[in-house]
Amino acid sequence: MIEKIDKKERMKIPRQVMPQQDPKERIHNFKEVPFGLSEEQALVEAARCLECKNQPCVAGCPVEVDIPGFIDLILQKDYAAAARKIKETNSLPAVCGRVCPQEEQCEMKCVLGKGKKGKPVAIGYLERFVADYERDNNLVELPKIAPSTGRKVAVVGSGPAGLTVAGDLVKLGHDVTIFEALHKPGGVLVYGIPEFRLPKAVVQAECDFLARMGVKFENSTIVGKMDTIDELFENGYDAIFIGTGAGLPNFMGIPGENLIGIYSANEYLTRSNLMRAFEFPDYDTPIIHGKNVAVLGGGNTAMDSVRTALRLGADNAYIVYRRSEVEMPARIEEIHHAKEEGVQFHMLTNPVKFIGDDDGKVKAMECIKMQLGEPDASGRRRPVPIKGSNFTMEVDLVVVAIGNSSNPLIQKTTPGLEVNKWGNIVVDEKTMQTSRKAVYAGGDIVTGGATVILAAGAGKIAARAMHKYLMEEVKK
Amino acid sequence: MPKVLDNVQIGPLNWKMKVEIPRLVAKAKAGQFVIIRVNEHGERVPMSIAGLDKKNGVLTIIYQVVGKTSALMTTVPAGGQLSDCVGPLGVPSHIENWGTACLVGGGIGIAPIYPIAQAYKEAGNKLITIIGARSKDILFYEDEHRAIADELYVCTDDGTYGHHGFVSDVLKKLLDNGVKIGMIMAIGPLPMMRVVSNLTKKYNVPTWVSLNPLMVDGTGMCGGCRVSVGGETKFACVDGPDFDGHKVDFDLLNKRLLAYKEQEKIAMNRFLKEPGCKLAESVKKFTYPG
Ligand SMILES: Cc1cc2nc3c(=O)[nH]c(=O)nc-3n(C[C@H](O)[C@H](O)[C@H](O)COP(=O)(O)OP(=O)(O)OC[C@H]3O[C@@H](n4cnc5c(N)ncnc54)[C@H](O)[C@@H]3O)c2cc1C
Ligand SMILES: Cc1cc2nc3c(=O)[nH]c(=O)nc-3n(C[C@H](O)[C@H](O)[C@H](O)COP(=O)(O)OP(=O)(O)OC[C@H]3O[C@@H](n4cnc5c(N)ncnc54)[C@H](O)[C@@H]3O)c2cc1C
Ligand code: SF4
Ligand code: SF4
Ligand code: FES
Repeated sequence: MIEKIDKKERMKIPRQVMPQQDPKERIHNFKEVPFGLSEEQALVEAARCLECKNQPCVAGCPVEVDIPGFIDLILQKDYAAAARKIKETNSLPAVCGRVCPQEEQCEMKCVLGKGKKGKPVAIGYLERFVADYERDNNLVELPKIAPSTGRKVAVVGSGPAGLTVAGDLVKLGHDVTIFEALHKPGGVLVYGIPEFRLPKAVVQAECDFLARMGVKFENSTIVGKMDTIDELFENGYDAIFIGTGAGLPNFMGIPGENLIGIYSANEYLTRSNLMRAFEFPDYDTPIIHGKNVAVLGGGNTAMDSVRTALRLGADNAYIVYRRSEVEMPARIEEIHHAKEEGVQFHMLTNPVKFIGDDDGKVKAMECIKMQLGEPDASGRRRPVPIKGSNFTMEVDLVVVAIGNSSNPLIQKTTPGLEVNKWGNIVVDEKTMQTSRKAVYAGGDIVTGGATVILAAGAGKIAARAMHKYLMEEVKK
Repeated sequence: MPKVLDNVQIGPLNWKMKVEIPRLVAKAKAGQFVIIRVNEHGERVPMSIAGLDKKNGVLTIIYQVVGKTSALMTTVPAGGQLSDCVGPLGVPSHIENWGTACLVGGGIGIAPIYPIAQAYKEAGNKLITIIGARSKDILFYEDEHRAIADELYVCTDDGTYGHHGFVSDVLKKLLDNGVKIGMIMAIGPLPMMRVVSNLTKKYNVPTWVSLNPLMVDGTGMCGGCRVSVGGETKFACVDGPDFDGHKVDFDLLNKRLLAYKEQEKIAMNRFLKEPGCKLAESVKKFTYPG
């Protein structure tokens, strides 16, 4: 065990740097970019934590992971216990340690991050370390499962929200089935976020773990097309959770958008991640390999797409974004990784038209330059086109990554389910209950595109309320 | 995993597969489709519903070998399994009593118009059915259609059976003779659906076609299946697959179907070279493009 050293000494320890694949090498493969901390590094990093009494970092985490608590267990070298500690409030630490925007959440609030030169404790790295340690060393223990309550729960969608609900409720003795439209569970974690950022084996391990706890998975089952919500009730389910995500891609609505070589980010990433088109022809699904690739948008989805394009052999991979870099919603780490890999950023630029060849393939994109005007409803300065600044970019592949709306299927097939004007399901935030009795919802289908941890957090709240409902109001 | 009960060759490149999948069959309606994946490395491919045995929970699909995945499908033995079969997808065909309805099926399209014909019939329509294929040995489902159609016309492009000519020629004759048709549903190769739509537009007879763009998820999540109808972009997997034939941009659809020509060739050639591949000869003899 590392000796507790005094505060001053601790503050002198530099933040550990996570080793990662060299940018020149990694743009030729789909392997994970950061390797994870070594045990030594994790111990040094954990020693930096001051174990603050008022725990500002905890307040920065949407699900209030006991950060100093788990870090203390790292110092005691009881990594499995550290992982269990995190799992008390966050069921997906191996995922969140990798993809949480820590710099705006837990780490932003860490006292060590204050001041110009301050560097917060690498909470995300540590979270990943303990979760990986636990999994790689087969230390994941099945939690105690409460005796069967005889109550049946259906979970619709297997993204982070659905997985969390299922895990929490199965532990409490309920009979839980997850219905998933695609052939693999995980939601965006499997079809959207690329292998080089979140290995699919990590997601699979989480799902396998739930299955071992007794959760049943019915993949390739679309609720609303197979059974509707009401039919699930008729089939004996006592409560239902809807975690169907935000899966309807937005397009620009400009001329030429249906040319070959223009993908939604969802299609591009699904082909590559879920269908493994990057391993074609060993896998059967093809994908277009562009030489000059433009990705439209500035979020995580855009970064994932543009970095995928590089790995599929692009000579030039561009981010085309209508605002400036400071407004980009992507995680700083991802923008940084993209830059290291040679992605070219065209800021304050907006496409107005796509131009195709005789075969209907995109060959160029006409853009217009933008400037920032007055702040808009989102508080960000509104981009306005600069007249006469049009120019043409040569491209042979375009990925549109300007966000998703909600898929209307469940809403359309469930009478009495209240939705707002964007089609998101309306819930009581304290319980995640919808306007329908015994129907709960959470994650992107409620908030619109957000984050993994917010979806998982919503799942936690829903599970608690559903348990109460099942035990108090469902008579068996 | 859905069980394959039967998988038999019914023509030089056409096969009929029966899949046991009761919960899907219970929900499925004429005009809808499913997406299947043969194995873990497989592509997701859409297939129309060509028959529904509600009692036994059995789905029939009829497919033509055109590339790697359809070729791979022929290798699944009776008693074998598919990795996945998801559905029913798409909006069921609109069914109504129009008095007289005309079904036009070309090539592999003869299959999906069959359950639609059944539904039209049940709704009380007089049924005129026109089916056609390139040649006699490619034709199938003639008896099935004959059993429910009030009038059946069969044609082959090469004149080896029935009328010598295209399904559209037969349809044109009917329309010229003043036969009153309330609704036409045409399913088949894209050029055939285009010709039929152009023809019926002149006669002002409402015409539905079932579009077959490339698809991935089939749930409205990817937008890969977008088609242009009346100048608006639609996702065929959730808004279709049936659309007003008079408004479809067939040219766009035709081009988009060729998006992966090169990779498809690579995949198919690799498959045909696999040891034990029994398809190589017949595929070479028939349609495989390239
Ligand atoms: C490319 C990309 C990168 C991202 N990167 C990050 C990141 O780095 N960090 C971060 O925190 N967040 C990131 N996000 C956001 C994050 O992934 C989402 O906020 C989160 O996954 C939402 O979880 P969810 O459970 O609500 O839904 P989803 O993950 O969207 O899962 C919903 C599931 O429901 C299924 N489904 C839908 N309808 C039905 C139906 N009718 N019947 C059955 N199943 C159905 C879908 O197939 C899907 O599997 C990213 C998103 C994308 C697209
Ligand atoms: C809603 C819908 C229903 C369908 N129903 C049937 C059916 O009942 N029976 C059947 O045999 N096929 C059907 N198809 C077409 C079928 O999905 C494709 O033939 C199949 O995906 C081809 O896969 P492949 O790997 O064998 O060929 P590929 O290697 O992918 O393609 C080989 C050749 O076939 C053409 N092709 C590929 N996909 C399609 C397509 N979707 N439509 C037309 N041509 C295509 C390509 O342009 C190429 O020239 C349907 C398609 C849709 C969208
Ligand atoms: S779940 Fe996310 S925000 Fe919370 S402590 Fe872990 S990394 Fe930080
Ligand atoms: S704020 Fe930082 S230093 Fe303080 S307890 Fe949290 S992680 Fe440790
Ligand atoms: S196939 Fe993906 S949206 Fe239609």
